[in-house]
Amino acid sequence: MLRLLASFCLLWSMSAQAVIETYQFDSPELRDRYHVFVKELRCPKCQNQNLEDSNAGVASDLRREVHRLLHEGYSDDEIYDYMVARYGEFVLYRPKASGITLYLWLAPAVLLVLAIGTVTIIVKRSSQQRDEVLADAASRERLQRVLDSVEEESDKS
Amino acid sequence: MRRLKLFLPLVVFAVLAGFFIKGLELDPRALPSALLEKPLPAFKLPDLDSPGETLDNEAVLGSPALVNVWATWCPSCAVEHSFLNYLREKEGVTIIGVNYKDNVDKARVWLDEKGNPYRFNVVDLDGRFGIDLGITGAPETYLVDANGVVQMRYQGPLDRNVWEQKFKPRYLELLMGGQ
Repeated sequence: MLRLLASFCLLWSMSAQAVIETYQFDSPELRDRYHVFVKELRCPKCQNQNLEDSNAGVASDLRREVHRLLHEGYSDDEIYDYMVARYGEFVLYRPKASGITLYLWLAPAVLLVLAIGTVTIIVKRSSQQRDEVLADAASRERLQRVLDSVEEESDKS
Repeated sequence: MRRLKLFLPLVVFAVLAGFFIKGLELDPRALPSALLEKPLPAFKLPDLDSPGETLDNEAVLGSPALVNVWATWCPSCAVEHSFLNYLREKEGVTIIGVNYKDNVDKARVWLDEKGNPYRFNVVDLDGRFGIDLGITGAPETYLVDANGVVQMRYQGPLDRNVWEQKFKPRYLELLMGGQ
């Protein structure tokens, strides 16, 4: 039993060793920037993963490119531009607010305004309807009083 | 007016259904190429056929051509290969190969065995040119005009349907325009 358990543990350690690749960085600052990039850049092949998570060939190539560009002294914007020039706005998990991606940025705000507007209208309408019902009740009461008095009249005679 | 409101769910349904039906036809993997209407990225890469020599963008100019990214490790490339041969032989299309992250010796054997539809092949050993092209894998095919400007991109194996429907009309247009 213990032996079986031990061999299972070995199996786990094997899978843990299967790291994609390791890079050397000239400074901790470069390493931090690298990790931001591989999180914020989207893999063009397996589209719901970022570069860091993806095993696709092109993702590993792009990680290598990010590493190379960082060490060649590219600024953050230059690296983003480099990626967008090749793969389009699609590679950015945080697309710039310009052109067609403006829709992406504005849509939540527009939808929120629409939703608030709709709710306001609905609330207003229902309170109006309640007023109408109340008004109705008042006139019904009056009607009842008239009817009652008519009845009284006929009872007397 | 009240009555019309009752049809609102139907309208919402129709709009949604319209989007979903459209969605069935769309391939979420097919990305628009960032290169469209732009010149083919600059390259200076080894020639597969004559080792030691390099080729650059000059070699692509002069006539509209297909630029086909392929590798021997890519199964779909084997699928499309016979169609590329057909295009070269029967329709006289100029095809330029980019041997992508491949073993050069294997690539030469592949072309000997399966036939060579390419006017020439450049070797992109580390995939840098592939990244410049914005490819996500192999095979991918670009239609480039006589001035080296990218007109179209297709991801996946080229076949008769794709050629006839997507590439051929534009290719013929470019061919006419160039003369």
